[in-house]
Amino acid sequence: MPAAIAEAERVPAVTPPVAPPSFGTLALRWYRLNQGRLRATAIGIISLLAFLLVWHLLTTYRVVFFVRFTNVPSPVAVYGSFTKAIHDPKFLMHIVLSCRRILVGFSLAAIVGVPLGLIMGRFKLVHEVIFPVAEVLRPIPAIAWVPMAIMLWPTNEQSIVFITFLGSFFPILVNTLHGMTLVDPVLVRAAQCLGARERAIFREVYFPASLPHIFTGLTVGMGVAWVSLIAAEMISGQYGIGYFTWEAYSLVQYADIALGMIAIGVLGLGSSLLIRGAGHLVMPWRSTR
Amino acid sequence: MSEMLASEPKGHIEVKNFSLSYDSIEGPVQAVTDTQIHVKPGEFVSIVGPSGCGKSTLLNAVAGFLKPTTGIVTVDGERVNGPSAERGMVFQQYSLFPWKTVRENVEFGLKMRGMPRSQRERAARTLLGLAGLEAFEKHYPEKLSGGMKQRVGIVRALATGPKVLLLDEPFGALDAQTRVIMQQILTNMWQRLKISVLFVTHDIDEAIFLSDRVYCMTARPGSIKAEIPIPLERPRQQSMMMSSEFLALRRGLMSLIREESLKAMGGEINDMGMQGLNIELHGHSLADVI
Repeated sequence: MPAAIAEAERVPAVTPPVAPPSFGTLALRWYRLNQGRLRATAIGIISLLAFLLVWHLLTTYRVVFFVRFTNVPSPVAVYGSFTKAIHDPKFLMHIVLSCRRILVGFSLAAIVGVPLGLIMGRFKLVHEVIFPVAEVLRPIPAIAWVPMAIMLWPTNEQSIVFITFLGSFFPILVNTLHGMTLVDPVLVRAAQCLGARERAIFREVYFPASLPHIFTGLTVGMGVAWVSLIAAEMISGQYGIGYFTWEAYSLVQYADIALGMIAIGVLGLGSSLLIRGAGHLVMPWRSTR
Repeated sequence: MSEMLASEPKGHIEVKNFSLSYDSIEGPVQAVTDTQIHVKPGEFVSIVGPSGCGKSTLLNAVAGFLKPTTGIVTVDGERVNGPSAERGMVFQQYSLFPWKTVRENVEFGLKMRGMPRSQRERAARTLLGLAGLEAFEKHYPEKLSGGMKQRVGIVRALATGPKVLLLDEPFGALDAQTRVIMQQILTNMWQRLKISVLFVTHDIDEAIFLSDRVYCMTARPGSIKAEIPIPLERPRQQSMMMSSEFLALRRGLMSLIREESLKAMGGEINDMGMQGLNIELHGHSLADVI
């Protein structure tokens, strides 16, 4: 009888075995299923090319229309300084150092912020003690911490990492906490009457239920980490891609300014893609299809 | 597994002098008052009543989620002091763990008990097989239909071999056809496992079709208004729902509940609805007029 019921409900979850379709039909089906995504990719590429074209036109004709493009480097000039820079160990060192600061600052923020958010969500007293302090410190932009950071930490490197840490810490904490408050109490009760005790409920219910919000926090935190890092490097650094960009301005290397900016953009995009990929790995139940 | 399919009925629920109230700004509010119910080992008992009458409150107290204000809840003579795997529960909202596959959901109770992985995998597969779900063991709950989710919910609650199965309007969110199938599956499992079932529903047909006995509750504050034995023979068929015996039971229960529903809504209807309807009450109760 149970098999008959499964059939009666007609849920299209298992496809009955049929003759394997030809390559042509498969390709056509794949195309139909992914039509939306292919369209988006195509339009995305066109729009990027259009951006480059507009940039090229504005700079080659040195347009002045409220905004002055007289000194702005053209895409070709930026590409020129890019090809030079990738053979320059100093440029690579700037990038490596920035990435290392992000890695350390962001990892520390995640290692402290996620468990703290989970504990604050579970234990009222911890929440009551820490939340007011966090709420007061949270609106202070990480850049405003620069003078304080220089006083607090013995080396420049440490204060920059500290700024990066602060930038990403609060989004991670707040989102983790938010995730904890949204855990469905019915799931907790379901676990309880299956014999789960406090620790198991934390591990098996609260933590996985909060994961989507934790990853939102990590994604936002990574973005703010880059913002804070670049600001800190511009103000107090001697190395790093933010410092590189600022130095290019001081040395009137206009093409390098744009190169630094693009490098920051690419690094920021890459790191948020990494986090998104990690999210898919950790939460397979959230991946569609 | 062998213990699950044991032939000895178990799970004697006893609720004595039960009342439950909670505090509000206007003082304590009685949700359930002066209630006695019992479920004999292996018996299938339903609780019906108007919405808000406290039938879910009563069930949650048996599960151990709520503490009675007065009175005592026991299962096989042991006092209920909090949720435990001895009392399996099935919720209306399915409440499957979305991050676990169907099989991992079923395994959960066994994992909490410390059963080794290979052993609990085997047990979960067997149980899923009984419910016709073996093909879906690796699926996440999100991909399943409502009826399948609730089948997983029932199997999960039964996996630890509880003495008692508690169900809180489990089929309320399902369409009519699926509900009928689910009722049959539940009956089958109950007869095979010989455990006691306490079933909360607002669907009178469902209560009669499934139960050995039905408790009907009054409007808030809830208490037991009537206890109705259902003498229909088993195994029960869908066609029985047209029999005169069934319809007589249905009529009786229906009027009991209607009385209580009207009592629950009486105030509001007198205040608002009746003016538009131009019905003169002349001191009669609303139930008499309607």
